[in-house]
Amino acid sequence: MKIKMMHGAGGEAMDELIKEYILKTITLKECGEVSLDALDDGASIDLEKDKLIFTIDGHTVKPVFFPGGDIGRLAVSGTVNDLAVMGAQPLALASSLIIEDGFEGEKLKKILESMDITSREVPVPIITGDTKVVEDRIGVFVITAGIGRVERIVRDSGALKGDAILINGGIGEHGFAIMSVREGIDFETPLKSDVAPIWSIVKEVALEIGWENIHAMKDPTRGGLSEALNEIAQKSKVGVEIWEEKVPVKEGVKAASEMLGISPFDMANEGKVVMFVNPEYAEDALKAMRRNPLGKDAAIIGTAKDEYIGKVVVETEIGGKRFLERPMGDPVPRVC
Amino acid sequence: MLEKYRDKKVANNILREIFQEAKEIGDEIRLMDVCGTHEDTITRYGIRSLLPKNVKILAGPGCPVCITPVEDIVMMMEIMRREKERMILTTFGDMYRIPTPKGSFADLRSEGYDVRIVYSIYDSYKLALKNKDKIVVHFSPGFETTTAPTAGMLWEALERGVKNFRIYSVHRLTPPAVEYLLRMGTKLDGLITPGHVSTIIGVVGWEHLTEKYGIPQVISGFEPVDVLLSILMLLRMLKDEKAAIENEYTRAVRYEGNTEAQKKIKDIFEVVDAKWRALGVIENSGYKIREKYEEYEIRSYYDIEIPSLPDLERGCRCGEVLRGLILPYECPLFGRVCTPRTPVGPCMVSYEGTCQIFYKYGSLYG
Repeated sequence: MKIKMMHGAGGEAMDELIKEYILKTITLKECGEVSLDALDDGASIDLEKDKLIFTIDGHTVKPVFFPGGDIGRLAVSGTVNDLAVMGAQPLALASSLIIEDGFEGEKLKKILESMDITSREVPVPIITGDTKVVEDRIGVFVITAGIGRVERIVRDSGALKGDAILINGGIGEHGFAIMSVREGIDFETPLKSDVAPIWSIVKEVALEIGWENIHAMKDPTRGGLSEALNEIAQKSKVGVEIWEEKVPVKEGVKAASEMLGISPFDMANEGKVVMFVNPEYAEDALKAMRRNPLGKDAAIIGTAKDEYIGKVVVETEIGGKRFLERPMGDPVPRVC
Repeated sequence: MLEKYRDKKVANNILREIFQEAKEIGDEIRLMDVCGTHEDTITRYGIRSLLPKNVKILAGPGCPVCITPVEDIVMMMEIMRREKERMILTTFGDMYRIPTPKGSFADLRSEGYDVRIVYSIYDSYKLALKNKDKIVVHFSPGFETTTAPTAGMLWEALERGVKNFRIYSVHRLTPPAVEYLLRMGTKLDGLITPGHVSTIIGVVGWEHLTEKYGIPQVISGFEPVDVLLSILMLLRMLKDEKAAIENEYTRAVRYEGNTEAQKKIKDIFEVVDAKWRALGVIENSGYKIREKYEEYEIRSYYDIEIPSLPDLERGCRCGEVLRGLILPYECPLFGRVCTPRTPVGPCMVSYEGTCQIFYKYGSLYG
């Protein structure tokens, strides 16, 4: 097999690459409750008293600066969010920079400043790093690893029948913002990436309703909400029902989605969290989300059921029903 | 602005009337859409799941990429292999991945050739302006809606004297394909007629089908309420045993269509018999660049014979899907062997292919 772009785009192709190559070749892969095999957002290191979550994320976004953020903000947010959706308070980050020969020092400075500002927002210190310069025309890659402390691990596999499903705001903003720059498409309403660290919102919901009532969480990055919901449905063995009219979508995203024929459900988010919570606490969780500036458009978008186990069913705006499938690689606009 | 065309209340009111009409008709009613965008709306909004049991919606040959002949793709690949780095080939994202027994444009790119995905022929034209030392060829599929901008672009190339820009025309006309289905005996009671195509060819472009075959048609828009309303209009005609052509998409379609676009197309192209993948040769269904402009048709520079190749892999029922004889889930390969990632047939590759639409939105049939 040749590795193609679609193998890195989330979705089924990537899933196969990870399962067939990585999981079958690496044999020593467990250090606690959550191992590499779980393919969760991070893994756990179980110490005598404490549990730590450890995660890593490579960031290769092109362009490096995009509306609403840059690779620095993305690198810190991405790793913090992977920790957050497992219920872990970020303790520290490590960062590896791989820079192409000839890259502008000023640009690098801007990226580092952005990393600094974002890490202060969380707050989480960046305590170690590595820097390489290469001849390959890569621009800059920023790889960040993070470690966090967790009271009670929130897994992808923990959703229960009856759970209410929440999201903290509009979907697809990062994906469409990047696409608009990459493809040189100007939308009437400028699209901005939602890139942000979401630990504060996760923490506030947990404080409001208790960790035990957050049954599953995911940050819907590559593959968008479709991928995140399908993963939870499959790993938790529940059926997920989503009410399309309740799912927040900003006007600009709607317009872009229609123009390009790409569903916002399939587009990446970098500042969103999907939560499956005990339905008795759904309203409290929603209120807690909405109090946070990152959650002012938060909504309850669906429920977990015991029909169509492992699948995601969307009730469409006009009341029809269909499955929401996992995207199969990076979305490409339609012909007409 | 489009909100009212997606309104649940409006949709429910129309549905109530659809149920009423369908009950009065009683028999099974088979309606067909012949446009990938209609099929997209129908599947995306789960419209089949809302209709009465005796109202069936079939999906016809609404995907220009799916019906592009294997031989044309192979011929284009052969031309590229001869020209090597002297040529840049552009096409649409789904055309790029369409499989043939001799590979796809995507494979060509893996071999190192300069193949690029564009969103419109305009992007390709811009590439030609930027790369004067190369021949830029746009492999150009599409029905009337896409043929109009192609004609416009070629006019501009002509006027500005752009010499390094060419197309490979696999443009097709829609009405002849529908007529072909009717003649071949696809059983249907009414046609959800494509709105985009009709903005160009008008109501007048479809009238002959109703006159000749007695089939009711409604020219429909692309929002769910448009489609539901069109279904209702068709049911009413069927109940009254009336065969007419009505226009639901009045906000975009005029009786005579876009005469200026029609003229542009006619100036550049002549209508010829043409092959449709998995359907065969259909009379007067293809757009060929007229001889006086043939310098813009890449084929005119070569004398290449492509032997006839099988249209589909064994077991692939794309042909029956295109004819509206089956829906994708009736094909044993669908969703098992054949997925958008490992497509067996063209209907699974294109965004407008019925199989891909069914797979992507997962209608509740699968």
